Amino acid sequence: MEDFLSAAISIAFHGLALAMVLYLISVGLSVTMGLMGFVNLAHGAFAMAGGYAFTTLMNRYNVPFPLALIAAVIIVVAISIVLERLLYRRLYGGNELDQVLMTIGLIFMTVGAATYVWGPVAQPMRLPAALSGQIHIGTRDFPTYRSFMILCGMVLVTGLWLGLERTRFGAQVRAAVDNLRMAQSIGINTTRLFALTFALGSGLAALGGALGADFLQIQPGYALDNLVYFLIVVAVGGLGSIRGPFVAALLVGISDTAFKYIAPELGAFFIYALTMALLLWRPHGLFGRA
Amino acid sequence: MAQPSDPPEQRAALDAFARRHRLRPVEALPWLAMIAAYFVFPDYLALGAQILATILFGLSLDLVLGYAGIITLGHAAFFGTGAYTAGVLAAHHWGEPISGLVAAGLAAGLVGFATGAVILRTSGLTLLMQTLVVAAMLSELANKATSVTGGADGLQGMDVWPIFGTFRFDLFGRVAYIYCALVLLICWLAVRAVVYSPFGRSLTGIRENVLRMHAIGAPVRRRKLVVYTISAALAGVSGALIAQTAQFVGLGVYSLQQSGTILIMLIIGGIGQLYGAFIGVPLYMIAQDRFSEIDPVYWYFWIGLFMIVMVIFARGGVIGLGERILRRIRKPS
Repeated sequence: MEDFLSAAISIAFHGLALAMVLYLISVGLSVTMGLMGFVNLAHGAFAMAGGYAFTTLMNRYNVPFPLALIAAVIIVVAISIVLERLLYRRLYGGNELDQVLMTIGLIFMTVGAATYVWGPVAQPMRLPAALSGQIHIGTRDFPTYRSFMILCGMVLVTGLWLGLERTRFGAQVRAAVDNLRMAQSIGINTTRLFALTFALGSGLAALGGALGADFLQIQPGYALDNLVYFLIVVAVGGLGSIRGPFVAALLVGISDTAFKYIAPELGAFFIYALTMALLLWRPHGLFGRA
Repeated sequence: MAQPSDPPEQRAALDAFARRHRLRPVEALPWLAMIAAYFVFPDYLALGAQILATILFGLSLDLVLGYAGIITLGHAAFFGTGAYTAGVLAAHHWGEPISGLVAAGLAAGLVGFATGAVILRTSGLTLLMQTLVVAAMLSELANKATSVTGGADGLQGMDVWPIFGTFRFDLFGRVAYIYCALVLLICWLAVRAVVYSPFGRSLTGIRENVLRMHAIGAPVRRRKLVVYTISAALAGVSGALIAQTAQFVGLGVYSLQQSGTILIMLIIGGIGQLYGAFIGVPLYMIAQDRFSEIDPVYWYFWIGLFMIVMVIFARGGVIGLGERILRRIRKPS
């Protein structure tokens, strides 16, 4: 019984940490999808860029942890604004195939570029002393860094939800997701809105990529290897939804951790089967609209 | 076909329809090029055989993407299933190649039918994700079923028998080249027949306007499922060709790179034209072969850049570009 309980707690803990990372990375993709109908497969590349910027700043230039994190987000946001202007904007409302091709092209470019700059091996993550080791909560010990990740995720998620529910910008985003044309005709500057949400989504992805570097290793194939996870979270959650992906990320994070713990010989097989079953039951995702 | 009893105008219309599907002389070009390549580049026949098998893979993708309009990033699921079916048969004392191809086609078709029945209910990003999931799932299966597939080390010890008991696969790839070319020819004729049939026309209708096809009572989902199954079977045959000629199968056959690159190759040629794969696949594979001697690691960077430039400036691929140039020549302004 004690064994079972500690296993369950451990699965819930690590699953929650993974869910936070998946949610931070995927929420931007869900919003971009709902707002602009844009299939941005290269979204994971922004997370990877965040991870690379973060680990490089910390490992090579000895920048302190919080500063490196903020700098990584700023760098990725800047890149995303440029890319949105140059490339993404041309394909809004265009056909899906072109969007898929362009973003796959972007992914392939990041694979080549990351190999050129950082080489094929995964980037190590050196934690500051305050975040390494174990922390004692209640009667058990938990890894400090993962507890910190969960805390960070909780704070960000709360902030994001409050921002979308309570601010003017949030109201505009919700209006545009619900009905783009109506939003335009009542005078919402949707071009600016698109650029801002795109930058916000990319920034969150960068944060997720940087914080989650010990879960999803930072290596050149990052955007390609993890693509299926990000897409599962978005599709199961329901496109355009903010809360949907959170529930989906919890589901994916916890069940993936649980399955890999209970039946490691089957690996990620269960999570895929679960996804297909869920979408057979609800083709538009848990919180999606038909 | 027009009957003598039909009124003349109707007969003329029916004849025009029938003529549209007749083989045109231009369509012999790829095949002539294939024969010429056999004699001109005798040292590159092994690569040639791979190119031919990959053309078949591209052709199968064109059927779902170009005709039925289903965007998939998981076509490697069927390619890989075919490759493993042929590979496992050959590694377990059944190296007869033709029956291996048939088995691979059936297995991949079955997988296509079973998964298609589930995933084709969705559309857009969800469908795209599910095609990925199917391939990832099979890859995970092949990775873990080490006793059958060899897992991450790949399938060793394939022994492919001579074709019809006489034509042994040689070191230079001569037999492999001719074998792949003949299989490609048969499959191409089949695909051509499908595309120009009323069934193929209804697929184009589904691609162009799903709502209208629903409105006129076409069984959209069933049609999609049928074409998905056919395409999966062809992709399986193509995977089996690669496995038999290379005498090795690795986990890479299920990878997203495999699905992604075949999509890119087809796009370079042009989709929905039947010939996109015949142009795009050789261009890509020859370029990659040349390029990898200079700079193998950064190939992906350049192909990615090329893709972005093409989407923004040169839509329609090589065939689209050719058509635009032709139109400009014919209609001087």
